[in-house]
This record gives sequence, structure tokens and C-alpha cells, in this order.
Amino acid sequence: MSVQHDHILLPEGSLEKQTTTLNLGPTHPATHGVFQNILELDGERIMKATSTVGYIHRAFEKIAERRPLYQITPLTDRLNYCSSPINNMGWHLTCEKLLGVKTPKRVDYMRIIIMELARISDHLICNSIVGVDSGAYSGFLYLMQFRELIYEIYEEICGSRLTTNIGRIGGFERNFTAVAWEKLDKFLDEKTGYPAQLREFEKLFTRNRIFMERTIGCGPISAERAMNYGFTGPNLRAAGVDYDVRVHSPYSSYEDFDFTIPVGKTGDCYDRFLVRNEEMWQSLSIIKQAYAKVKEFKGAEAEIYHADVPAYYLPEKKDVYTKMEALIYHFKIIMGEAEMPVGEVYNSVEGANGELGFYLISDGGRTPYRLHFRRPCFIYYQAYPELIQGGMLSDAVITMSSLNLIAGELDA
Amino acid sequence: MQALTNRVKEVDRKPLSFMEKMYLPAILKGMFITFSHIFKKKPTINYPEKKRPFSPVFRGMQILNRDEEGRENCTACGLCAVACPAEAITMEAAERQPGEEHLYREEKYAAKYEINMLRCIFCGLCEEACPKDAIYLSESFAPADYQRKQFVYNKSELLIPNPKEDPEAYKKALGNRAKPTTNA
Repeated sequence: MSVQHDHILLPEGSLEKQTTTLNLGPTHPATHGVFQNILELDGERIMKATSTVGYIHRAFEKIAERRPLYQITPLTDRLNYCSSPINNMGWHLTCEKLLGVKTPKRVDYMRIIIMELARISDHLICNSIVGVDSGAYSGFLYLMQFRELIYEIYEEICGSRLTTNIGRIGGFERNFTAVAWEKLDKFLDEKTGYPAQLREFEKLFTRNRIFMERTIGCGPISAERAMNYGFTGPNLRAAGVDYDVRVHSPYSSYEDFDFTIPVGKTGDCYDRFLVRNEEMWQSLSIIKQAYAKVKEFKGAEAEIYHADVPAYYLPEKKDVYTKMEALIYHFKIIMGEAEMPVGEVYNSVEGANGELGFYLISDGGRTPYRLHFRRPCFIYYQAYPELIQGGMLSDAVITMSSLNLIAGELDA
Repeated sequence: MQALTNRVKEVDRKPLSFMEKMYLPAILKGMFITFSHIFKKKPTINYPEKKRPFSPVFRGMQILNRDEEGRENCTACGLCAVACPAEAITMEAAERQPGEEHLYREEKYAAKYEINMLRCIFCGLCEEACPKDAIYLSESFAPADYQRKQFVYNKSELLIPNPKEDPEAYKKALGNRAKPTTNA
């Protein structure tokens, strides 16, 4: 067949080929974010996939080279915006590692509460979105109510809901209020709180034949391939490797806690779903343990919410208004003139969808010399074409949501 | 795959039982769960009519504060502009003239003060940076306007109503967040 279309610019051989080219994205209702995948379809089967990155690249690493450390926290909010507190804490921990700041135990436990809440809010979105993409909408609505409660807890502590900018280098900006603890109690309540809702969600999904047939064998990856790509987090654990940063290099006193690592076998969507569900239960148990530990502090210790590092942690406002020394520190920190030692650090935390690393080089100036974010999504997305090749088009959509690809983190 | 830790817990992937293989019970179970939610308390709020209570530290739009005598607190030191990661704040300082003591608290004040609300990311660093208790993040949010230039808020739009002239409006703008300053 040779039809000449001089007025249309078509690639060589595009009229003769037997496959259809489909642009899945950059703005497609099924992709939950700005992803582009150019698919070669034979009927509904994907023969070849090419993924594109960079649609919402905002040059965070470059911007960070012109910002003092405390101003980089709002940038980390915008990496994985489903669990921005983990990114914030990871960044604070990196700065503390460079500056040699040691945080008190109570701060560590409070951070763990916030980080695990963030992990739950991320996993519940991911799992319920897998449900939505496979045609089950109501589970999403019910779980969403508890994400709202988690966001209210953030709001009580830092004042914001999605892009939290929570905490400071050395601790929190303020102690948890009574209302925050009350809301946490409400969240943890066995009968009316999140555990009951999660149990109901599992009843709807886990052993449902339609859901199982839809997700079993969909987008699988072997443990070896996953490790070759550099997978971490729930996606690697679903493939059967029990790697968890919280256990292998504990940060923020995670070594004081008792929890298990759920692993899957085949690394398909169903395994990822089960692993995330089980991780939510583990997170709930960690939060309960941390809550009990925080409540154990008595007297003056129970009021500690930041490390005693006047050179890096902003003095209290009432001291700034009245005391000269506090005012000097205040200006020094805000102007970005706090002493930064020369050196390089790598620090990673178990982000909600994998190992989130910060590689920071400092030449002693007021800003980082170089900062690199190790974003797990970027790595998962490299494997995405391989995962969906040979599958159906609708499986590609579920695979994407069950890998928990977040566009903000992918492009940074 | 050899286990790396002793904390492994395999997820349950047992095959479907006979009961689970039949579609009908699963569908009935799902229908029952969704049906039972009809009788539960509604979690939604009719937004523009009703509003959710905010936390006292909610980070909304900025206000420029006055002291209890109605004088502007801001001295145009520029710390908020330095701290702003979005580079949304600009200001110009001026010196207080004799006879303006009832307008400005300190000898220096901001002649021009602008916040570009399209750039602002509501991180709250300006409030944290302010050594004079002058800028606050209030409870109002979601401004609407027709043109982009109208989102560059100038000083008259940001200033809180004068507590001496209009104490009610002042109280309303302050919300449950900030307490009036007690020091100079």
C-alpha cells in the first residue's frame, strides 16, 4: 500500500505498519499525573512502550544551590506530595547529619509518628487508586475520609495540609498540641478509627475475585530484575526482597521499634497491593508504640520538641523581641549565614514508595554546593516499559498506579 | 531469594476457595458494605455556606499586623523577603517623619510592601522570619480575581484594619491565630 500524503508529515513507514501508535499522556485521565508513554499497540496488546520524563521538571536541584538549608524544605514538599512530611524529615535528617546535630529521643519519636502517618496516607491513596483504576470506586471514598484526618493532624502541628513544610533542622517548630493528640487518638481508635476502616477496605478488595483476577499476574517483575533496576521500597518487597531502610540503616531511632517487613513473591500488582496493605498495619503498630513512648516522658522532658542548637534552630519569638543574643541568632539563621561545615553526606529515609536519598555536598558556603535527590519514582519509571510490554492497555494503567508513580517525584 | 533480615512476613496469596470463586457472595458483601454507609454520618461539608474550623496555626494569606494603638509594626528590615523561598515579597523602606508617630511604631517603615500571591507558596517562612511581629499568615485563603496583576497585593490590601477605628474588623481579620503584641 503506498498512498502519498504530501501535506501530512508522517514518519517513514507509518502507513504500512500494522500497529497503532497511542500517546498515553502527558495529560491523560488514567495516568494520575504528567506522564507520557508512547505505546505501539497491536489491537489492545502493548508491543512496545517508550516513556518520556521531564514534563514537570522544575530544576529543584539547581534551585537548591541558591538557597540556604532551611529554604530547601519547601522544595522537598513538592517531590512526593502524597507524603511530604517524610521528605521534609529526610531533608532535616540530612542537614543534621552534615551539621552534627543530635536530636533528643522525644523528637525522634514524634518524627516517627508523623512519618508513619505520612506513609499510611500515601499507601492508602495508592491502594485505593488501584481500586479505582480497576473499577471499584467506593473503597477510595471511604479511605479518603481518614486521609483528611491525617491532614488535619498535620495542620494542627505545622499549619498546612498538603505541602507541609513540617519541622525544622533540630526538631519541630512547636510542640504537638492537645488537639493534635486528640485527633491522633481518634485516628487510632480500633472501632471508629482507621483500623476499622482499613479492615473494611480489605473486606472489599483482598479476597474479591474480580479484583484478584484483575491484578494477579499484571505487571510482574522478578526480584533479580527489580534489584538490577535499583528498585526499593514496597515495589522491591513485593518482588520478594526484604530490604527496608528503616531496618538496614535505622534513622530517627527506628531501632527502638518492633515491626515486620511484609514481602511478596511475584512482584505483580496484587503483591504490591498486599504489601502496601500490610505495611499500613505495621505503620499503625509503630505509631502506637511511638505514642506510648512519647507519653512516657515526664516533667521537663515532656516539653522538649527540638534539639538545643541555638546556632541552627530559631530562637523563640518572645526571646527575639526582648533579648539581643536571640535576635543575633535569629538574623544569622534567617539570612542563611549559619555555619555550614565543609563535607558531603548521603542520607536516605524509607520514603512511602522507596528509598528517598539526599546527597549533599557543602563547600562551607551559605548554600549547598550540590544537592541530589535520589527519587525512587524515577527508577520505577525506567522499568515501566518493561513491565507493561506484552500486556493489555488497561493493565498498563493499573501497573502505573500500583507502582505509585508520582509525577512530582519523578521529575523533581 | 535469601532473606536479609529476620523480620520477613510473607503476604497471604492463597488461591480462591470455592465460596470466593462464586461471584455472587462477593458482590453481595460489597453491596452490603456500601449500603451500610448510607446510614453513617456524612463526612462532607457544604463548603461555601459552612466552613471547617481551622487550626490556630493555619497558614493562609498574609496580613500585616498593627499594634494595639493602630501603628504599623513593620520596619522594612527585609528579613521576610530574604526568607521567602518563592521570592514573592518586595519592599521599599522609608524614614518616619516627625508627626507620623501615630502611624508607624518604629523610626523606619515600609513605604511600599508587595506580595505576589501567584508566587507565594504559603510555607510560612516569612512569619517565622519576622522579628517585629509584623507579618502573619491568616485563616483566609483561595482569593479570586480577574487579572493576574490584581494578585500582586500592595500594602493597603495586606494591612489589618485599624483596631482603634474598626475594632470588629480587626478582630475578625486576626482570627483565633495571633495575639496582639505586648512589647515594643
